[in-house]
Amino acid sequence: MKKTMMGNYAASWGAQLSRVQVIAAYPITPQTLIVEKLSDIVADGELKAKFIKVESEHSAMAACIGASSTGARAYTATSAQGLALMHEMLHWAGLARLPIVMANVNRAMAPGWSIWADQNDSLSQRDTGWMSIFSSSAQDILDSTIISYKVSEKVLLPTLISFDAFFLSHTVEVVDMPEQELVDKFLPPYKPEYKMDVNDPRSFGALTDEQYYYEFRYKMQEAMDQAIDVIKETCREYEEITGRHYDLIHAYRCEDADMIMVTSGTIAETTNVTVDTLREEGHKVGNLQIRYIRPYPKKDILAAIGGAKKLAVIDRNISPGYSGIFSQELKSALYNEIDIPVRSYIAGLGGRDVKIEDIKDIAYNALEHDEPNDLIWKGVKK
Amino acid sequence: MAIKFQKSDKPIKIEGAHDMPPMPAALGSMLFNKTGSWRNVRPVIDYDKCIKCFICWKFCPEPAIKIVDEKPVIDYDYCKGCLMCVEECPKDAINEELEGK
Ligand code: SF4
Ligand code: SF4
Repeated sequence: MKKTMMGNYAASWGAQLSRVQVIAAYPITPQTLIVEKLSDIVADGELKAKFIKVESEHSAMAACIGASSTGARAYTATSAQGLALMHEMLHWAGLARLPIVMANVNRAMAPGWSIWADQNDSLSQRDTGWMSIFSSSAQDILDSTIISYKVSEKVLLPTLISFDAFFLSHTVEVVDMPEQELVDKFLPPYKPEYKMDVNDPRSFGALTDEQYYYEFRYKMQEAMDQAIDVIKETCREYEEITGRHYDLIHAYRCEDADMIMVTSGTIAETTNVTVDTLREEGHKVGNLQIRYIRPYPKKDILAAIGGAKKLAVIDRNISPGYSGIFSQELKSALYNEIDIPVRSYIAGLGGRDVKIEDIKDIAYNALEHDEPNDLIWKGVKK
Repeated sequence: MAIKFQKSDKPIKIEGAHDMPPMPAALGSMLFNKTGSWRNVRPVIDYDKCIKCFICWKFCPEPAIKIVDEKPVIDYDYCKGCLMCVEECPKDAINEELEGK
């Protein structure tokens, strides 16, 4: 059934269709409409779930950890400072290997206080052991939520689904909602092998000395490696029932491209359109959208780059003192594999709009210059 | 309620990562890991003074106080000697005794 909805509600309905059992959320700033909608859905009896109002995001994640440990399907949503406050608990959820799924509206970190698009919030959580997606449409958000529960419950790693504030969170788009029966068949109830159960007592998260801790880290890495295939297989299954194709990356007109732009989030969608106009002008360009930053789809990225002669990365984030984070990741993936220049651009921090013209400028700059650069701040007012 | 353990109450032999669950989760490890050995001071309930309010039962963080035949009973296998029960008892019915070596 097709419905118009904003990105926030696509997340809420994705959670509803996934039949989440526990939703724990801090309901005030920097929260979004995601959990407000879910609280309505639960209050109206449309979803049999426990909605727990907590006193902070740290507690929201703690409650999800508790719920997920008992085998319940747990969900929460947050944004920017809220996600940062969860940081300690994100490591816990990761190492406790709990398949929690969380939406994060990508908003700039304060100060200056901001509610506008910027990826630094979720990229700061890159190393917590969560699989991490950057969605680029409302449909993507809804579908990714359902797919992520299945993937997370298979590999026992949580998933963070991020999407740009306002450009996606508050923009209304047409979304095809899969029927509940279809989702139920695709995503059966979660049946964990290890859970908190008074009838089968175990100690969870107990003191773990150096004899074992190292191996738990090793196992987490193994799970991340396996996740790449599980994501692909789960996306294929989802495509069979919905006709919609997803993967760790999305390569657009890259096959014969001389120059490939590397993007994520909503900038990726705008870049696809830009690629079409640049192609009309005779430039052989493509767009490589990175959907998953963890697990990092290195092989897929190298394959998609193929014979391209140059790359231009656009980052709506910055690791101050170095460069854009997608750019760093890409360069480390290329090292010893493909020797082509990578040009790095920062754009759109704090919700600055990145229009087709801006991406065109970036593309022209990249087409004109063959040398790799450190960093170009697109549109900064110097 | 019947409590069943899938494994014995002895530590399980682990050679490497593949004998381990994905997360630090031990099968009934508290059966053999008796934390009562940490205790320096032993709380002892004086049942002549005890009014069975069960405040100690509620506050014990372990929880090492059980209700047996409607009386609070301390399980010294797990009581770690924090003495919160002593602090909370409204009748001063819990005495402190130094553990002898
Ligand atoms: S708190 Fe003191 S009086 Fe109350 S049950 Fe415990 S020992 Fe007895
Ligand atoms: S000393 Fe501490 S652990 Fe022992 S019974 Fe009292 S409250 Fe519980």
